[in-house]
Amino acid sequence: MSKDIVVCQNIFMKYQSADGETEAIKDISFTVKPKEFVSIIGPSGCGKSTLLSIIAGLIKPTRGKVFINGADISENKVNIGYMPQKDSLLPFRTIRQNVFLGLEIQGKKTKENMEYGDMLLKTYGLGDFMNKYPSQLSGGMRQRAALIRTLVIRPEILLLDEAFSALDYQTRLAVSNDIHSIIKKEGKTAVMVTHDISEAVSMSERIIVLTNRPAEIKSIHEPQFDEEYDVPLTRRNHEAFREHFNKVWRDIDVHI
Amino acid sequence: MSIFKPKEQGVSPERALWLKNKKRTDALVLITKIGILAVFLILWEVCANTGIIDSFIMSSPSRIWAVIADLYTSGELFVHIGVTTYEAVMGFLWGTVLGTVIAALLWLSPFLCRVLEPYLVVLGSLPKIALGPIFIVWIGAGTKAIIVITITISLIVTIMEVLNGFMSTDEDKIKLVRTFGGNKYHIFTKVVLPSNFRTIISSLKISVSMSWVGVIVGEFLVSRAGLGYLIVYGSQVFQLDLVMANVFILGLLATFMYLFIVWIESILFKNQNE
Repeated sequence: MSKDIVVCQNIFMKYQSADGETEAIKDISFTVKPKEFVSIIGPSGCGKSTLLSIIAGLIKPTRGKVFINGADISENKVNIGYMPQKDSLLPFRTIRQNVFLGLEIQGKKTKENMEYGDMLLKTYGLGDFMNKYPSQLSGGMRQRAALIRTLVIRPEILLLDEAFSALDYQTRLAVSNDIHSIIKKEGKTAVMVTHDISEAVSMSERIIVLTNRPAEIKSIHEPQFDEEYDVPLTRRNHEAFREHFNKVWRDIDVHI
Repeated sequence: MSIFKPKEQGVSPERALWLKNKKRTDALVLITKIGILAVFLILWEVCANTGIIDSFIMSSPSRIWAVIADLYTSGELFVHIGVTTYEAVMGFLWGTVLGTVIAALLWLSPFLCRVLEPYLVVLGSLPKIALGPIFIVWIGAGTKAIIVITITISLIVTIMEVLNGFMSTDEDKIKLVRTFGGNKYHIFTKVVLPSNFRTIISSLKISVSMSWVGVIVGEFLVSRAGLGYLIVYGSQVFQLDLVMANVFILGLLATFMYLFIVWIESILFKNQNE
């Protein structure tokens, strides 16, 4: 059995504010295997983005520990590739300069790393656009540039925070397919937070369903598809898709 | 960025009509613009010459022109323009630089920001011109005092404006820098400051007109040279021609300065539209 790349141990999170205390996360534990694509899904406002921020080391949990490749993230600096909801490309930088942002911050803007970035841009169809500004690119291309920006720092895991929800539906289908194939091709481990059940079912090997706030793990699903159907767009056409969708749907607390 | 650029060749009849109408309206607007000025100047001149208005008090375009020509031949014109422009430029450049630096410090330290907020509100509400006499006593009656008055006038507005811009920087982009392991310095230099160049330039646009107020008031209070000095001097010796000539020059100068900043803005942000 391969070693788990992400280990979350009994995570608790309470927010303090002038109005009082909010319990966001209550005792969440799970692991992610190398090259696995895991989705975390739950009703809106349940604390799933908080969970992702904790894994990214941006927020300290009230209790509990997160290990990435065996290293406790509260003590070690780990290399995380984070993809936000919007592409968050800086409008005053060209695509190439945007891709190098992480390298600049981490002081790793070496010739070798820059060549790696250029290679990724060329491989994934942005070679002709690397000296353009983000506003000159389509939504899908911008999302791809945002992914390359996280890949170029050679992250240990990718964290996708509702990474497609700012796109319109058609673009979203195509982009999630696109990004999924790049992640698989580069052999990366990914944890995605989403509120879109079909997105989770179409992309993940494992789906963790969270309850309403305070978030706890309600159930874990492992949608299985025949190999030839195993890309997001074709998964959606598979007859088992609806079945997996309904299973997840039943577990999500929906309030109207 | 517009995707549909009108093709000049093979325009449809509807487009040809639209273009023709647009051209006509544009021409009409231009003619009316110039016409209003011409009619105003001619009426003013005629009324002054025929004695309908008293040209001693109301002056006239030709008299204003003569004053400007006089100032030019005596070599005084550019001395006064130079003094006033120098004070205004120094005032608004320092105001913007100091304002941006202070805004950056306040952004870096939320504690400082909360502590200083009431002071900024009081200083922002105070008519800064009231401080003029104090600065003159402290610094001495001269160019320095005028520049300080000018800085004070634009400083607080710049701080407020730029700080507001810094504060409203996209949280997602800040989060992104943090996920790369960046600290506050990285957040500021890579995202917050460059994202707000536009805000800084637009605060420059506000402070440039404010700085003219500062300079002229400063020159009213103390000075031996400058356009403000000539205006006060003119009114004291009852030479309305001189006053009006200088107001006219001042209007031109302030407009040029404003257009200059608009021009800089347009080259700086040629490539980006969000």
